Amino acid sequence: MSQTELDAKLLEVNLGPQHPSTHGVFRMNVTLDGETIVKLKPVVGYLHRNHEQIGERATYIASFPFTDRLDYFCAMSNNFGLALAIEKLGGIAVSERGEYLRVIMAELTRLLNHAAVTGFLLNDMGAFGTPLLYAFREREKILDLFEAASGSRMMCNYVRPGGVRQDVPPGWLDQARRLVEEFPRFLDEFEALLTENEIIRQRTQRVGILPKELAVNASATGPLLRGSGVNYDIRKVDGYSIYPRFSFKVPLGTVGDVYDRYYVRILEMRESLKILQQALKEINDASPAISPKGLALVKAPRTFRPPKGEAYGRIEAPKGELGFYLVSDGTPQPYRYHIRAPSFINLTILEDMCLGQKVADAIIILGSIDIVMGEVDR
Amino acid sequence: MTSLDQLFVHAANTALGLLSDRLRPWASIALRIGVIAAAAPAIMMYLTLYERKVIARMQNRFGPTRVGVYGLLQPLSDGLKMLIKEDVVPRGADRLLHLIAPILAVVPAILLFAVIPFGRRMIAVDLNVGLLYVFAVSSIGSYAIFMGGWASRNKFSVLGAMRSVAQLISYEVPGVLSVVAIIMVTGTLSLTGIVEAQAGRWFVATPWGFAGCLTFFLSGVAEVNRTPFDMPEAESELVAGFHTEYSGMKFALWYMAEFLEAFAVCAFTVAFFLGGWQGPAIPFWALAGLLAAISAAAAKLPLPVRFVGALASAGAGLLWRAEPIPSWIWFLGKTYALFFVLIWFRGTFPRLRADQLMGLAWKFLLPLALVNILAAGLWSAMPFPVGTALSASLLVVSAWALVRLNHPAQLDHRTYVLAD
Repeated sequence: MSQTELDAKLLEVNLGPQHPSTHGVFRMNVTLDGETIVKLKPVVGYLHRNHEQIGERATYIASFPFTDRLDYFCAMSNNFGLALAIEKLGGIAVSERGEYLRVIMAELTRLLNHAAVTGFLLNDMGAFGTPLLYAFREREKILDLFEAASGSRMMCNYVRPGGVRQDVPPGWLDQARRLVEEFPRFLDEFEALLTENEIIRQRTQRVGILPKELAVNASATGPLLRGSGVNYDIRKVDGYSIYPRFSFKVPLGTVGDVYDRYYVRILEMRESLKILQQALKEINDASPAISPKGLALVKAPRTFRPPKGEAYGRIEAPKGELGFYLVSDGTPQPYRYHIRAPSFINLTILEDMCLGQKVADAIIILGSIDIVMGEVDR
Repeated sequence: MTSLDQLFVHAANTALGLLSDRLRPWASIALRIGVIAAAAPAIMMYLTLYERKVIARMQNRFGPTRVGVYGLLQPLSDGLKMLIKEDVVPRGADRLLHLIAPILAVVPAILLFAVIPFGRRMIAVDLNVGLLYVFAVSSIGSYAIFMGGWASRNKFSVLGAMRSVAQLISYEVPGVLSVVAIIMVTGTLSLTGIVEAQAGRWFVATPWGFAGCLTFFLSGVAEVNRTPFDMPEAESELVAGFHTEYSGMKFALWYMAEFLEAFAVCAFTVAFFLGGWQGPAIPFWALAGLLAAISAAAAKLPLPVRFVGALASAGAGLLWRAEPIPSWIWFLGKTYALFFVLIWFRGTFPRLRADQLMGLAWKFLLPLALVNILAAGLWSAMPFPVGTALSASLLVVSAWALVRLNHPAQLDHRTYVLAD
């Protein structure tokens, strides 16, 4: 048999849509040469729920519960993004306390998302659940806080234009302060187990490198982009909400591999804790949780007819830039409702990162992008 | 030889003594087979519970608690569930091979039990080529795995089976080489002989024995496909590897083979390096006395703890003088302790990648096993302090060199910029 004939024996494998480590119904059509990937085609759409079309049929407020289901790990920050877009469209002022509560919720969401995604990444590496369950133990504490504030653990539906739906119950802030105080202990333990681990470093360093230019060209955002060393954090760039009031840093990677993305997430959690500390210190109950205009909108959603025009509200969601684009034609429903989902856009460079790597690496690279299919397919 | 130590041997002899002379040899064989055939599934079932409980504690969970007290009946309910599950064979699969493969996996695993020295005179067949038999029989398992993967007609199964065969063949080499030292020192292939040769000193206490123990145990872990070497069934990329298409009792058989082989690896490591069924060389009561003295003197502990600790250690020492711990308890205790290490690996380590795994076998374990043979030769040829010192330094230097040579150049400690 000649060399070319030997080379021609490629194996085509469909990883997914029912596959334990594709984080949902995601399919990777992989062509393998031995165990090396020569082609990878991501196939999405299994979880399409017509979210945008539904949003165009409903009032502005009615879309909030649906946004919970986008990235179902980070319901709070999804709500936040849509609220920002509606506020821009309708010119709604936000109450002071509402702003603080939103930032607290968004940063808590970042903590739970980054902790859980690191656990999932280790699970993809075959660590049989231990890191994941350590992360989930902390996530539970944050979910308890969410439940106390919004009544629901994951589908929070809490943030509203002008503030938040309701004020947090008494004692909630103290509980949150306690959590912020204890969280670094978990992070230290987590890092002691993972960061210097020889196997983890062998598996992740120099694997799935995403060059800076490619990351920018593919409009990657979030830890994926910052892992490649691009200083772009919408909390800094856009300065939305009250983020300019807080002092925090943006951690940047150097190589842009899986390890950098892992470590950037760990550092981001530490920065989030700083924001939370400041926010929990500065928050006072001088103002209501929602501004009068926002309250009016929530009470009577069909009376909210924003002037003709468009608005784009974006936030630094845990997974990247989450944008809500709204076009109003003066009716109670948006004329156009579009979501820029970070999971979806970050997923588009999967093949570039995977080519030439082993199958086992493709799973880790996918895990390091951090996708949630609810957001990819919408 | 106290009565408790030889309890099972006496019981068997008494039972066989009731039979006529003509029947006795056959009955003796039937008894040995019967005991192993009954003990192996029981051991496997409770190993699953042991693993689930220990892993659960490592992950802040409870593990099975619902079936029976402390979940003790969970294995029975699992077994029953497996029995009544539908047996699915994929369309286009080779039905016959698909059926034979799991059976072929379990048989060698059970065969291995024939030569495990469970205690003093408690070995089913004391083969004079026991060590060879161990390696010959355990390597049959790779045929079963490849057969199962091939017969399933599934790409994941074939990929898993391919990895598995590569891995098994690679790790057999350092595994066999690591016990060559034992043959050199003891001059026997019989497992009883090897255990008895460790009467004064467990082999793990010698430099070559320590290195050999690590090499043998690591290769063994890799051969039974357990974390961090569970490449063939890497669930995150290959669904379940070679047994993706198995369900019901056939699936249970695969699991049984895996657990029995893992148990056998622990048992053989104990027999080869950790003194088998013998207690430590220092008398236990001396150890207990030392413990008692330490716990009485420990300044940090509160007084009642010190008092109880001292009393308990002294009591254990006295008990030991009256009635030594039976050999089979020593053996099983050590084996289960070693199995705990396996579970600990599983609870804490991520998986290596296929190529890194091969690198470990060929670039690290194999040279180390070869150097170890030289070290064992030095140890036995030279007088006591010189030989030990020479072989220890040889092993340390070569292990250090191998680690340095194998350390991937691209691994680095990084600094991260915290931008504004």
